Amino acid sequence: MRIARAYFLESRFEFLKIARMPRYVISTLAFPLMFYAFFGLLFGGQRVGSISQSTYLLATYGAFGVIGATLFSFGLSVALERGQGWLLVKKASPMPPLAYFTAKIVTSVAFAVLVIVLMFALGAIFGGVHLTLGTWFALGGSLTFGALPFCSLGLAIGYLAGPNSAAPIVQLIYLPMAFFSGLWVPIAFLPPAVQTIAKYLPAYHLSQLALGTMGAGDGTRWWMHVLALFSFTTLCLSAAAIGFQRDEGTSYG
Amino acid sequence: MPQSRVPAQLDRVDKWFGCVPALRDVSLTVCAGETLALLGPNGAGKTTAVRCLLGLIAPTSGSARVFGADPRVARHRIRSGAMLQVATVPETLTVREYVELFSSYYPHPLSIVETLRIAHLDGLDRRLFGKLSGGQKQRVFFALAICGDPDIVFLDEPTAGLDVETRQEIWAQIRSFVARGKSVLLTTHYLAEADLLADRIALIARGSIIAQGSPAEIKARGASSDLEEAYLTLTRANAGLEPIS
Repeated sequence: MRIARAYFLESRFEFLKIARMPRYVISTLAFPLMFYAFFGLLFGGQRVGSISQSTYLLATYGAFGVIGATLFSFGLSVALERGQGWLLVKKASPMPPLAYFTAKIVTSVAFAVLVIVLMFALGAIFGGVHLTLGTWFALGGSLTFGALPFCSLGLAIGYLAGPNSAAPIVQLIYLPMAFFSGLWVPIAFLPPAVQTIAKYLPAYHLSQLALGTMGAGDGTRWWMHVLALFSFTTLCLSAAAIGFQRDEGTSYG
Repeated sequence: MPQSRVPAQLDRVDKWFGCVPALRDVSLTVCAGETLALLGPNGAGKTTAVRCLLGLIAPTSGSARVFGADPRVARHRIRSGAMLQVATVPETLTVREYVELFSSYYPHPLSIVETLRIAHLDGLDRRLFGKLSGGQKQRVFFALAICGDPDIVFLDEPTAGLDVETRQEIWAQIRSFVARGKSVLLTTHYLAEADLLADRIALIARGSIIAQGSPAEIKARGASSDLEEAYLTLTRANAGLEPIS
């Protein structure tokens, strides 16, 4: 009971802490929504394969939004709190150790859901996106699921980057990866070389998983994308574990 | 467990960071109801010793015990509180939110009102951490150390960089905590602070304990009525320099 309350408060205050930072809210909510409004709604009349561009880009900008929400809330905050010593204060307390990470996952997923719901509303109201109820849920569900692999990337960045370098590192991974994975411009419109690179990027597999729910994916079976994301998660968690070990060994004082 | 009434104990602890020794054969006990001050130059190993007892690092050899149990396990820390040297904490939570959060880690915390009163934070409970002054922030850290009503608190340079008023306020708070039968392990560079608060002083230099005793005993060993003089004499003698007397 006490432990459950600690988990609950940890998650609640983690969410509040981040929701009160205008910089975070703007870069994770406003930017993806604005991009979707420009590229998905203003050019929404064109078609990508079998579906309208506003429908297609709902999946890819949705992925873009989910990835941003997790990388910024998870990666940046872990790096900062680790660098500034706040994590140390928490580790010296009897806080249940997993509560810290659970709270960050809950917060990341909450912001991911928020950005997805707002973007869906934009698409449905202004973009003429029509999907069956089942497809809405499949699309939303696949995008929400996509928050988890990127939480693990955030964790790895948080444990390997310093408090000052974390923000530029997140940007340097996030923005090019979004472009090369076809999150901004549909992958079919990109040069063949980029299409080849994309297959090695986790953001590509998340967006194709999401597009697959609307029958607009690259034709690969959905579980192949899940497998790719799972491998990526394992890789990130291993990297995070290395950073974690390094942290334990060398805290001088 | 026969040992479980001893609030904190380091037993023959060595701690190496790579090939740098930080602690060498350090044995240290904080008894029930006692305030022990750990003094020593920068880099002597004070913070390392405290971190071993907080479970933040594991000794290379020897043992660190808090009430007879290994502090590396989170639930063994429910009778400890800590105030560390920290650059800053996230600024967008309020004083009350921080106290509420840390109280939730403990089975029998003080009420939030009580914690705020002891740490002299009444009236500031709804203020965001980022809007507090340096002294107020330090009082929040003190509040987080005591909110769980722990039986021992570890205070790592609790008054570093504070003005005289705030320092005296923190001293008063530490004393009222001790008056309730609790134990304190304190590190500090202000020798007046140690003289005033500590029942016992342990002097640490280059990773080893070089003297231990009541403030009066330390002064006697350093041949001075002033703790600062005595401290310098003892640490210089340890460094192989001539004492200044």
